Formats: sequence, structure tokens, C-alpha cells
Amino acid sequence: MDITLQDIRKTFGRVIACDRVTLAVPGGTIQGLLGENGAGKSTLMKILSGFLRPDSGEIRLDGTPVIFRHPADAVRTGVGMLHQDPLDYPTLTVLENFMSGRPERFFPSRSAATRRLRELAGTFGFAIDPRACLDTLTVGERQQLEILRLLSLDVRVLILDEPTTGISAAQKAQLFETLRRLAVEGRTVLFVSHKLEEVESLCHRVAVLRSGALAGAQVPPYTTAELVALMFGRPIVFPQREPAAPGRPVLELRALSAMDDRLRLAPLDFDLRAGEVVGLAGLTGSGQRLLLRTCAGLVRPVAGTVRVNGRDLTGQVYPSCRRHGVVFVPTARLEEGLIGDMNLSEHLLLVQPPRRLFIDRPRALEAAEERIRDFAIRGSPDSLMRELSGGNQQRALLSLLAPPLALILIEEPTRGLDLESAAAVWTRLRAHCRAGAAILFLSSDLDEIRAHSDRIVVFFCGRSSPPLDPSRTDREELGRLIGGKGWDREAAG
Amino acid sequence: MIRARVLCQQAGRQAGGVILALLAASGLLLLAGASPVEVFRQIGLGAFGSVTRLADVLVVWGPLALVTAGLLVTFAAGLWNIGIEGQIVMGAIGVTGSLRLLQDAPLPAWAVLSVALAAGMMAGAAWAMLSGLLKTVGGVNEIFGGLGLNFIASALILWLIFGPWKRPGIGSMSGTEPFPDSLWLPALAGTRLSFWSVALGLAAVGAVALLLSRTVLGLRLKAVGRNFRAAYLLGVPAWRHLLLAFGLCGALAGVAGFVQVTAVYHRLIPSISSGYGFLGLMVALIIRCRAAWVAPVAVFFAAITIGGIQLPIALQLDSSLSGVLQGLLVLGVLFSDGLRHRAAARP
Repeated sequence: MDITLQDIRKTFGRVIACDRVTLAVPGGTIQGLLGENGAGKSTLMKILSGFLRPDSGEIRLDGTPVIFRHPADAVRTGVGMLHQDPLDYPTLTVLENFMSGRPERFFPSRSAATRRLRELAGTFGFAIDPRACLDTLTVGERQQLEILRLLSLDVRVLILDEPTTGISAAQKAQLFETLRRLAVEGRTVLFVSHKLEEVESLCHRVAVLRSGALAGAQVPPYTTAELVALMFGRPIVFPQREPAAPGRPVLELRALSAMDDRLRLAPLDFDLRAGEVVGLAGLTGSGQRLLLRTCAGLVRPVAGTVRVNGRDLTGQVYPSCRRHGVVFVPTARLEEGLIGDMNLSEHLLLVQPPRRLFIDRPRALEAAEERIRDFAIRGSPDSLMRELSGGNQQRALLSLLAPPLALILIEEPTRGLDLESAAAVWTRLRAHCRAGAAILFLSSDLDEIRAHSDRIVVFFCGRSSPPLDPSRTDREELGRLIGGKGWDREAAG
Repeated sequence: MIRARVLCQQAGRQAGGVILALLAASGLLLLAGASPVEVFRQIGLGAFGSVTRLADVLVVWGPLALVTAGLLVTFAAGLWNIGIEGQIVMGAIGVTGSLRLLQDAPLPAWAVLSVALAAGMMAGAAWAMLSGLLKTVGGVNEIFGGLGLNFIASALILWLIFGPWKRPGIGSMSGTEPFPDSLWLPALAGTRLSFWSVALGLAAVGAVALLLSRTVLGLRLKAVGRNFRAAYLLGVPAWRHLLLAFGLCGALAGVAGFVQVTAVYHRLIPSISSGYGFLGLMVALIIRCRAAWVAPVAVFFAAITIGGIQLPIALQLDSSLSGVLQGLLVLGVLFSDGLRHRAAARP
């Protein structure tokens, strides 16, 4: 199906999200859409899939103008979208999710749907059990299910918004294989990302958005430097890894084990030294998140000890860990990290120990102004957190970490951030290291792990590898360990 | 000046909801065969027609303002303190108990009343913190916990009135033996209104407004209410703040119980809370946690309550009509708020 977006414009209040974007995509193509955070990629795709209505402009499918009042309209016409965060029903089964959103009789046929699901899954080599409950699936599997669901509704245009966030390398390879196949079948794929190498390896053509407008387009062979220039309009400075001078041990774990409802962490011995950065790799739910939360006092260990700066913090709750210089920075910024309806100066007041009864507004504003300058946050002291873009929220979150810190436990430090914001985040984290803090972070982005870790620990089903040296471990070896291969050799060595 | 303008804008925005509610009420009245204009006029007359009536409105206003001020604290912390009724009742029980203990002691009246006030606040706060403990320790939602505790409190007050604290001879719904005049809060001549009731109400509203807008504690309570998890991870002792919010609200409910016992009824009666807990919830809902609005909106609700009393005599309508009107007002305002939010959120 050929798609034409003509002069699409969309504003939210005073913010122009899309500024007269015109884009034509012929059928059977994989069209990449690049841009930094807030460039307007998601908005444009939500307009194409009927979630948002444009202020002006026209959408034509195979030359016919269409107006979508509702996402269901778009799906009926053949346009389906995979959202950045899966829009599914975690408490229902796989089959029930598969059956949702389709026009059915009052009593839908489960057996017919099961057959259809198995058949489609078989075609693409996805291993999905229709009877499983959705919340036992990984993000990657949920994504596969959503693709199958949309295909069963006969969509001819598939939009994917940042689909590789939070899925494993193997799942990514499988996803790309699927998308190539769909394109060969004549379907149109729109692939939204801010990761250059993905777009370069997958897409037949690339359009770059910047500040809501089309900045340019390229066809292979791509030149990375040009794409970066198109995305940012300015060069980016990447923070370099400085070899850590091994300091005194900050975090000492001895035979530490913890449990949640799915997983048991195998006993772990580990030392983290001042100034050191250690990255935890692994598929989602392999134990790295559980370990971070156990060290933070958010999960109670079932065995072993946690010592921070020589002090035994085993079984202490988070507030008391925090008093000893341990901070935890969660992945879900607006759900767990920040208070969406409060501004930066109020957040700064919250993180300080309350010294006085009344709020000193002028001083709070001054402090917020200072952080905004230091951390290059695009916003003002009284902008609400939910109004900031993801990159600025993460900078705000980091601006709340007041030295002296002993240990920073951070989940997905740059998830969903563009290159510039990611660089800024790591520059900040490095500064804490130089001041003597140690950092333990988890990430689903292998390149981030390799670029920023002094040592890497890989997790698989609750087991953890011995610390690996990133300069002597290549991507493939890490990938194998993450996928569960070579563990017996590791255990022996 | 700017503050006044903001208040006017807020009032303007709520006017739509009030008009909607009045229209709905008029429709109901027409169905019942009454003239809406006449009904509203009678309510107005019944509330403001004479000095005595006005004083009666303020008699309702005092405890209502106290309760609403307390509820603003729990709402700020994101809590639905449905147990407020039980907290008023327990406050009144605490007051009555301490007065019974001390009424024959050789102490000046102000000392006895002060002890009773403290006892009422502590009893209300303790009952509220029980809701809080059920939530923080046992994971019982405060709505269910509060409902359960309300039932227990009303059973307890009935048992006391008909059991240990019954009047000499026979216990009755009319309550316990009245306290001596010396333990009554002084009333303005010729009315049931005590200066202290209004003063305590004003002080509570002022203190809560100051707490929520100017203090670090108020900011922390709001942070806990808006995102409990994030507040916890940012280092705010979130569980403790939940308990504290319950305690503050319960203490103010206890003060309302004190006013009801010492200024209005001068004894403990089964319906000592007069439903002010639920009425306060309605006021708090309508003003959406803006403390500046507690005083005027509470006057309005108190006026409807008092003005409705004479409807049966003047128009042969049931006085429960004032409850209908209050309910419609809340629904009207919330509905128009919701419509406005939807309109704003529409892409």
C-alpha cells in the first residue's frame, strides 16, 4: 500500500509537534524514521494510525484521501501500529489478547482463533503458547504477538515505534527477519527509531525529522555522519570511559540471594570499588533488576549479606540505605522516579532533609535555576515534570542526586534517550564516579553496557557470570551468554 | 490582587456545574409538583431569614469546617478517609468520657474542657490512625477500613449510651445525662451558637491552608499523595506521612466531636456526628483541595442543611430534599469538571 502524508501539521498548545511534514512511502518498502527525542516521530505515526488527528494536512493511501476518527478506523483500512509500550492486557491470556480488537460474533470461536494464531506463529517461527498468561511473556514475545494480531486483522501498513527497546539481541534479529519478509510480501513497514545502526541495517530508505519538520532523507549506502548531522544539526561529544583506579570496596555482596515471584537469584559474591562502573547485562527478568533492587533495600534478601562502605545493610529498607549514601534510580521515570504533577524546585525541596518548617521559595527557585543551568535541562523551575521530554526528565532525575554518594544503582540510564541526552547522562554519572561513588547499572542496550562498564556481569535465569573485562569480551560472546549458552564453561572457569 | 483574580476565575469555572445542579434540582421539584423558585426562596429564608437562623447555619458550619479542613490533609496525601464519621464519633466519645471522669473533680471548667478537647483529638486521631495502620501494615484499602471502623464506632456509641453511660433509670435514644451548664461552651445570647465553634473552625481551616501551601511537610504530604512510589524513592518517608495525614485529620474530626458534645448537644447522643463527616467529604470533593474555598462552600452547604428544615412546614416537602440538593451540587460540579478535562485532553 502506498502512503502519502501531505503537509501534516499538529500542535499541542504552543508546541509544534509536526510542522507541515510531507512524506511518500511506496508499498513494499521498509521506511526508517529517525530523529532525536521530541522530534515528532511518534506524533506523526500516531496521526497515521488514527490515534491523533492532524490540525491540517492530508493522508492518502494508494492515492485515496482517508480520515481516521479512531485507531479502529485505521486498522480496518489496513494501517496498524505497534506502540513503544505495548498496549495489551497483561492479565488476559495470549489467546484473549490475540482475539481482542477484531469484529466477532457474540460468542467468538476460540478454536478458530487458536488455529489462526498457531498458523501465523508457525509461519514466522515464533514460539507462543496461546494458553499462557500474557504477563509471563517477555516484551519481545508480547511484541511478536501484537504483530501477529495486526497481521490477522489484515493490516497492509505496519508502524513500529522504537520496537527494539527492551528486547534481546536474538529477538531483534528475528524481528528484523520478519519485517523484511513482510516487505517482500508487499506490505509497507514504517520503522521509528533513534538508533542509527538499526535503521541503517534494516531500512530501504530513511527520513530524518528534527523539531517537527522533515530535515532530510537518505537511501543506501548511508553515511552515519550525515545522518547524525541531519538529526541534531550539531556535533555530539561522547563521554570517554576512563579506566577506574581501583579504590576501596564500596559494595560487598557475600552469598547474596533474593527471590521474587518468578525468579531466584543464585548466591552471588561480588565487590564493587569506589569510582568503578559495573554493567549488568541479560534478558529482561534474568535477575539483574532483582539484584539492583535487593542492593537498594527494596527487596529483602533471602540469604547472604550486603555491606556498603563496611557497614552491614542486609535487610535494611530503602530509606536507611539512602541515609548511608545508596540511591536507586528507576527505569520508569514518571511512574517511580518523579512526581509528574510537581516541578523541579519542589522536587529539590523533597530530596533535602527538612531543615525548616516553612518553604523558602526564593531559595528553592534559585536552586532549581542552578540545576537547570548545570544539567542543561530544557524547562523552567516551575515546569511540571510530566511536561518535560524523556531526556530532560532523566537529566532532572540526575540533578536530584546530591553528593556525597557511595553507591548509585540505576536501571536503564539512557532508555528512550537520544544520543545527546545519553551522552549528557553518562557525563554526569562519570562525575559522580570521580567524586568517589560506585555505579551498578543494568541496561538492555549491549552497546551501552560495553561502552560504559569497567566490568560486566551477565545474568541468565538468576545465575550471574564472573565479572568480565569489556575490552577482552566481544559482542558475540556477550550475546551468547545472555542467550544462555556457554554457562557450564563459565561456571567451570 | 492576583490571588483574588484566581479565586474569581475558579468561581467562574464552577458556576457551570452549580447551574447544572440547580437545573437538575428544578426538574426534580417540578416532577414532585413544587415550584423550584419557591423552594429555593424558602431555603434561603430558612437559612438567612433571621439572626437565629443565621446562628443555626454557623452552628453547622463550625464542625463542618473542622471536618473538611481535616479531609483536605488526607486528600492531599491521596487518601479517601471514609472513616471520618467514625473519627468524629470516637472524638465525641473521648470528650464525653473525660468530662464524665472530671465533672465532679475540683477543677476550673476551662481546665476540664481543655482536657476533654485533648482527649477528643487523641481519640479521633487514634481511630484514624487505625485506618492508617490497617492500610500500611495490612494492605487494607482505607475506604474499606474506614467503612468497617465506622460501623464499629456507631456500635460502640450505642452500647455506651444504652449501657455503661445510660441515664439513671433507662437508656434512650435521647442520649446520656446532660452535663452541667458550667461545662457548656458559652453560647451567644438567645442562640445555640458558640463563638468557640466558629473560632476553632476558622483556626483549623487557616492552619491547614498554611500547612499545605507553605510548609515542607505539606509539600511532602502532597508528593506522597501524587506519587507514593516516587516520593518513597526520592527519600520521603512515605508510610510515616500517610499515618501522619490520618492522625491530623482524625484529630480535627475529634475537635468536631468536641464541639458537638460541648457546644451543641451538651451530652452524647447516638447521631452525634450529624452526618458531617460525609457532608465534609462532599465539600472537599467540590473544592478539589483548594483550602481557600472551605469557608464559603461550607457556609453554602450548612445553609442548605438548615434552610431545608422548614420545607415540610412551608411547602409540605420532605426535608431530605436538602440532601438531594447537596448531592446534585457535588455531581454537577464534578461532572462539569470532568467535561472540561475531557475537552482539554481531546487532541
